[in-house]
Amino acid sequence: MEQAKTIFEKNKPGRRCFDVPEARGPKPEDMIPAKLLRSAPPAIPQVSEPEVVRHYSRLGRRNLGVDSTFYPLGSCTMKYNPKVNEAAAAMDGFLNLHPYIPQDCAQGALELIYDLEHFLAEISGFEAVTLEPAAGAHGEFTGLLVIKAFLDAAGEERDVVLIPDSAHGTNPASCTIAGFDTRPVKSDSKGLVDLEDLKAKLDPKVAALMLTNPNTLGLFDTNVCRIAGMMHDNGSLMYMDGANLNAILGYARPGDFGVDVMHFNLHKTFSTPHGGGGPGSGPVGVKAKLAPFLPMPRVVKEGKAFKAVFKAEKSIGRVRSWFGNTGVMLKAYTYILRLGARGLKRVAENAVLNANYIMESLKNDYSLPYESRCMHECVLSAKNLLKKHDIRAMDVAKRLIDLGFHPPTVYFPLIVEEALMIEPTETENLETLDEFIAAMKQIAKEAEETPGLLHDAPVTTPVGRLDEVKAVKEPRLVFAKSSP
Amino acid sequence: MPYVQHSAADVEKMLKTIGVRKIEDLFAHIPQEVRFKGDLRLPEPLSDMEALRRMASLASANRSSQGVCFLGGGCYDHFVPSAVDLLSMRGEFYTAYTPYQPEASQGMLQVFFEYQSMMAALTGMEISNASLYDGASGLAEAALMAWSAQKKKKPRILISSAIHPEYAAALRTYSRHLGVSVESIPLAGGVTDPAALAKMAGQDAACVAAASPNVFGLVEDLEPLASAAHAMGALFIAVSDPVSLGLLKPPGGFGADIATGEGQGLGNYMSFGGPHFGFLTAKEDFVRSMPGRIVGMTEDGKGRKGFVLTFQTREQHIRREKATSNICTNQALCALRAALYLALLGPDGLRKTASLCASRAHKLAERLSSVPRVELRFKGPFFKEFALKLPCDAATIIRRLARRGIYAGPSLGEWFPDMADTMLVAATERRTPEEIEMFREALDEELKHV
Amino acid sequence: MRPTELRYTKTHEWVRVEDKEAVFGITDYAVEHLSDLTFIELPDIGDDIRKGEGFGEIESVKAVAELNAPLSGTVKEVNTDIQDNLETLSEDPFGKGWLIRIEMSDPGEVKSLLSGAEYEKIVEAEAE
Repeated sequence: MEQAKTIFEKNKPGRRCFDVPEARGPKPEDMIPAKLLRSAPPAIPQVSEPEVVRHYSRLGRRNLGVDSTFYPLGSCTMKYNPKVNEAAAAMDGFLNLHPYIPQDCAQGALELIYDLEHFLAEISGFEAVTLEPAAGAHGEFTGLLVIKAFLDAAGEERDVVLIPDSAHGTNPASCTIAGFDTRPVKSDSKGLVDLEDLKAKLDPKVAALMLTNPNTLGLFDTNVCRIAGMMHDNGSLMYMDGANLNAILGYARPGDFGVDVMHFNLHKTFSTPHGGGGPGSGPVGVKAKLAPFLPMPRVVKEGKAFKAVFKAEKSIGRVRSWFGNTGVMLKAYTYILRLGARGLKRVAENAVLNANYIMESLKNDYSLPYESRCMHECVLSAKNLLKKHDIRAMDVAKRLIDLGFHPPTVYFPLIVEEALMIEPTETENLETLDEFIAAMKQIAKEAEETPGLLHDAPVTTPVGRLDEVKAVKEPRLVFAKSSP
Repeated sequence: MPYVQHSAADVEKMLKTIGVRKIEDLFAHIPQEVRFKGDLRLPEPLSDMEALRRMASLASANRSSQGVCFLGGGCYDHFVPSAVDLLSMRGEFYTAYTPYQPEASQGMLQVFFEYQSMMAALTGMEISNASLYDGASGLAEAALMAWSAQKKKKPRILISSAIHPEYAAALRTYSRHLGVSVESIPLAGGVTDPAALAKMAGQDAACVAAASPNVFGLVEDLEPLASAAHAMGALFIAVSDPVSLGLLKPPGGFGADIATGEGQGLGNYMSFGGPHFGFLTAKEDFVRSMPGRIVGMTEDGKGRKGFVLTFQTREQHIRREKATSNICTNQALCALRAALYLALLGPDGLRKTASLCASRAHKLAERLSSVPRVELRFKGPFFKEFALKLPCDAATIIRRLARRGIYAGPSLGEWFPDMADTMLVAATERRTPEEIEMFREALDEELKHV
Repeated sequence: MRPTELRYTKTHEWVRVEDKEAVFGITDYAVEHLSDLTFIELPDIGDDIRKGEGFGEIESVKAVAELNAPLSGTVKEVNTDIQDNLETLSEDPFGKGWLIRIEMSDPGEVKSLLSGAEYEKIVEAEAE
């Protein structure tokens, strides 16, 4: 396959895509002092429109998405992104709406925010939801600030957050930015929070526990009510990372089982496209006592009108500009409209069905670290292959690419050696699951018979395994270094 | 049932493999006390057609297409080339996630590399990350980056009072519990006052931040501010509008150490404020303090060049509680749109677009200030936006203008209590001379009644 | 065989005590385990460091390890050459690969450090 050529290497002076009308009237230097003007044009490429279209179409072909193939990236809920969502979000009345337009001209957008907040509150059992945060980690940060503000207002000096060792990677960093110290809590032999260790870690400094449930092993922590009770008895709050909400839609509501604060990931549970790494949306739901601390703005209903409120005494303030990632909300809202209560429950059921089917089908070919019923994802381990054949989880992942699949998440959660974290989601049919299972079985067999295939994989991609040490030691982060 | 594929026979087969009788059995381990009993109170499910009808009715309750947009304040009605929409909607980009598996994600990784290269060139800086959430969180991340680049030893962050107040608010939220103080630098004539900054000097400032164009649309000379920052041992952060950089001197030209801002104008629709993206570029020395994803070029075992996420030890999943930013998911697709936009415009298109914005805005300023009792609030040079002083409350006039199909604002009284009679007005390359004249007439009419 | 005149920590730092001063480094075992080192961050001269707390970080492509201060004191000297020549750490970890020199604030802390023989045992145990 040909080498990657960047758009910069297609540069030819004078080439351009389309015309912008010439400005009439005063020249820039008559409007703005010369010393504040650019002395040389920026070194961005000069290319024609067909070249741009072909270049980026070609790059598209060098990328896998859910639209291309099965994408069981654990913890990321790579479900199918319905196209009707896109049609809804592309309506002119939303796309060309300025965030500062007078509110009576933005009633549709404000109603959307109001409604979606209420949908999410109903789905999760919380009394209030903010849609401001732009992504899951932003939601975590926002939720933790709300907790901090609540405790501060109550005169409580608590600055420690407990984090189970099966938590998402962003959790500890979010705590630090929100001004908390973290204290890890161990998992027990079943992969659930070790209640003894939790008890030992509790003291008057503990502000909250940050629990992912179902956790990153794909297991539902059945002690969750007891854990919440322990936290509340200690005067602490219960935060839940809702990244895995897909598994329990309609079956359990975090607000009902003792959670005080939770963030959602609209780009996971509610089918909005992941966009190659974003935009997402990370709403936060809270119990009533925490509602006054939510970030600004808030949308309220007065009579038949919807109104955005920008100031509230106890609010943590702003976490970003404007109203959040509205364009993402539109898609999640459309999705909920399409599915309704029954449909959402079917989502959870089929997500859990698919994950258990994969787990059962592969548990004799790979190691199974925890012998429990899994929820929306299952975590297998390649440690049997490593011991016997020197094949690692990464080799399995790379070989899967050659066999036409996007790999699962690997080496996470950290508490499982050689982890392969597989989240099929509910939108995959049985044939796809069977093909994936067959590929995984084939790889386990190849590990024994033709390990070279696995060590060399991938070979069908534009590049083989890339030198990440070189990428750090001889950094090349831009095409050409600019001189201002 | 939409989006779930299994027939009854499929389900039967799968349940048999698993060894349970019915799907509900898969949830049997969830204790009764945890269960939700009953049905979620949500609207009855709709078909595609019905759902779109509902969405269209919401869309039509937004009156954006019934007027002309002269709104400013950090989000602007710029032209989006058709190819941006068509290419960014390609499923391989649109439905992928963070490129954790580089061999299967070379397309997106290369796009980020090209985006980084273009943004670095545009801002006159050496390196760029692959995007942040928006301009407001961008400023917060930039300030914390400056703080951590100096080992968190300097606890003061000095920011111009003419930085967008929502950005400043986000910075205050982000930094509240980190033991740093955010102090405002006073203004003179609507721009940051270097003399006032000098009085705030001390060796304990981590950074100084200022914007050009600033919240009033004024183009600031950042050079004295950057010099003052460096003289006190602080880093200088420039906040800018990337579209303006087709014409204006880039942050790097003023000696900025970090450049950030709202990227919306580069190929992203206004969308009621999101999703857009924040950009962050910097001098190479600060790469290890930079937040967010960074893509680098490297090669495979056969010497073929390729792209990977690099300097990952900075990031939350490795550095965990020691990380200075928790960003994980960013605004990748918006950054992709920006790369497409810049590639389509090229340096010439960008310069012309910026020139046209400036020219339209100056025409608009001239026409609006010809209305009796209306004047520009500040005398300094501006780019595509300016503060207009009215003889009455600006918020009232903004509402009345909206009824005449002219969308202007926001009122500055929201943020600066002594400026309730002043509103922001912006003109992009899309505004025509006829629309400008319509605005003048509408303003003239409205003010006759005041 | 590792130098027996040095003192060690469980977290694989070594210490050479010289009168009121002490020099810190990391052991060959630590360097081997980190593999493909890419970066080291060390404190500034004049910084106060406290026994048991981090005084810097060492990175490979996908891992960060904290350098734990074996003793408390004020940083007098920093081996800045090492930052551009990380291979020195593996070539000569106990010599040219030294990291910082401090003036001890509590020389009594030295007693808490491991002897060479004690450290060998720890390495043997970990290797299993």
